[in-house]
Amino acid sequence: MIDIRGLTKRFGETTVIDGVDLRIAHGERVVVIGPSGTGKSTLLRCLNFLDRPQAGQISIGDLTLDAARASRAQILALRRRTAFVFQNYALFANRTAKENIMEALVTVQKQPRAEAEARALAVLAETGLSDKADSYPAALSGGQQQRVGIGRAMALHADLMLFDEPTSALDPEWVGEVLDLMRRVAARRQTMLIVTHEMQFAREIADRILFMHSGRIVESGPPEQIFGAPKDERLQRFLSRVGA
Amino acid sequence: MRALDLEYMLGLVPVILGYVPLTLFMALVGMALALVLASLLAVERVFKVPGLDWLVLLFISFFRGTPLLVQLFLFYYGLPQVLAFLTQINGVTAAIMGLTLHFSAYMAESIRAAIAGVDRSQWEAAQSIGMTQGQMMRRIVLPQATRIAAPTLVNYFIDMIKGTSLAFTLGVTEMMGAAQKEAAGSFRYFEAFLVVAIIYWVIVEALNQGQKRLELFLNRAYAR
Ligand SMILES: Nc1ncnc2c1ncn2[C@@H]1O[C@H](COP(=O)(O)OP(=O)(O)O)[C@@H](O)[C@H]1O
Ligand SMILES: [Mg+2]
Repeated sequence: MIDIRGLTKRFGETTVIDGVDLRIAHGERVVVIGPSGTGKSTLLRCLNFLDRPQAGQISIGDLTLDAARASRAQILALRRRTAFVFQNYALFANRTAKENIMEALVTVQKQPRAEAEARALAVLAETGLSDKADSYPAALSGGQQQRVGIGRAMALHADLMLFDEPTSALDPEWVGEVLDLMRRVAARRQTMLIVTHEMQFAREIADRILFMHSGRIVESGPPEQIFGAPKDERLQRFLSRVGA
Repeated sequence: MRALDLEYMLGLVPVILGYVPLTLFMALVGMALALVLASLLAVERVFKVPGLDWLVLLFISFFRGTPLLVQLFLFYYGLPQVLAFLTQINGVTAAIMGLTLHFSAYMAESIRAAIAGVDRSQWEAAQSIGMTQGQMMRRIVLPQATRIAAPTLVNYFIDMIKGTSLAFTLGVTEMMGAAQKEAAGSFRYFEAFLVVAIIYWVIVEALNQGQKRLELFLNRAYAR
């Protein structure tokens, strides 16, 4: 169970996340949609403390943290319960595909190398990249890099996986394979919070869709409701603009 | 005009070569110390520790803004007049200290730039998986920064090798000092200094070749 209350993030004078409340059940798959610049990325980044919120409370499992006075240890603990998939993959360029996945297991979770390696190879097999285990990111296509990025996040067995537009930087030819992998992750009832512009995909895998506008969650509901009977006028306009 | 005394020069080569180990010793120790100091300075410049940043900037500005020879004289002849304990320091030690401080100021800047050259999203990825800042720097950022900075650092090492000749002015008998002494007896100054120049040249060219290989190797790294 993930419980977020009053999450607030300002950049200078601008409030980008405006007191967001959000509860996510274990195994729930939540998709965030909304126009660009409304704070979708910032919301995800705050949950991983890549951006530091000024106020709010974040609870994940037995960890509860007050954003305004989170200690370094609490921030590390939060990061160890969340996994982030970046739009631009953000793979470690000095690590092979396998080592990218092993890195957190060895350095952060202190697993023995052999165990970490076995898990990394198992994850690579799930991502369909067993033959690329020893390739560096520079030798992989965008789609392959993002599959490693997702694999790196999967291997953490995090309580919450955060995806920030994981297919937006990809050439169209690679989008399908990345969405397929995400479908497989979703099928395991992994708790996921996904920002995406892939509306068909959202409709298909989401238990719930959140529509964000100007730093707030304006409307939320199951896909049939959001796409079939949107209430908020801004959501209606957004959906007609993206052709959903 | 007279002909070069080649025989004299050939005879001098082994004598001057005997001082190459001292030159390399000063350069290698200076380089090792400068690398450590420059890395510390660079990391400070990246994280901008409050209260320390201005001091680091001042240090870098001074040692880049004044000639190495002036710095060496300040340390060796000047400072002992102010700080009594420095009177014990010999010329080799003073030269190494001076080279270290001088070159660390330059190297700090190229290491800082190399650190900044590591894609920011990798820093975030390291943080997102729960690494501490130290783990992030040690395992992800610095290894890549080292590769970015390596060719430039080799250039500084070459400059440092040439810079060791200034130890001569602190009374150290290194290659220059030895040539000077030899020539004082024979009056063959041109030949003596030409031998020194050629030996430096050969050392530096060898390092240039090594650097080319290093760059090829570094360009291939992480690409397979
Ligand atoms: N580091 C930052 N500094 C200043 N403003 C920022 C920063 N990051 C994001 N913003 C601003 O916050 C707003 C929300 O950005 P973002 O969360 O990236 O939106 P979205 O992901 O929905 O497109 C935008 O107006 C953006 O300009
Ligand atoms: Mg965004």
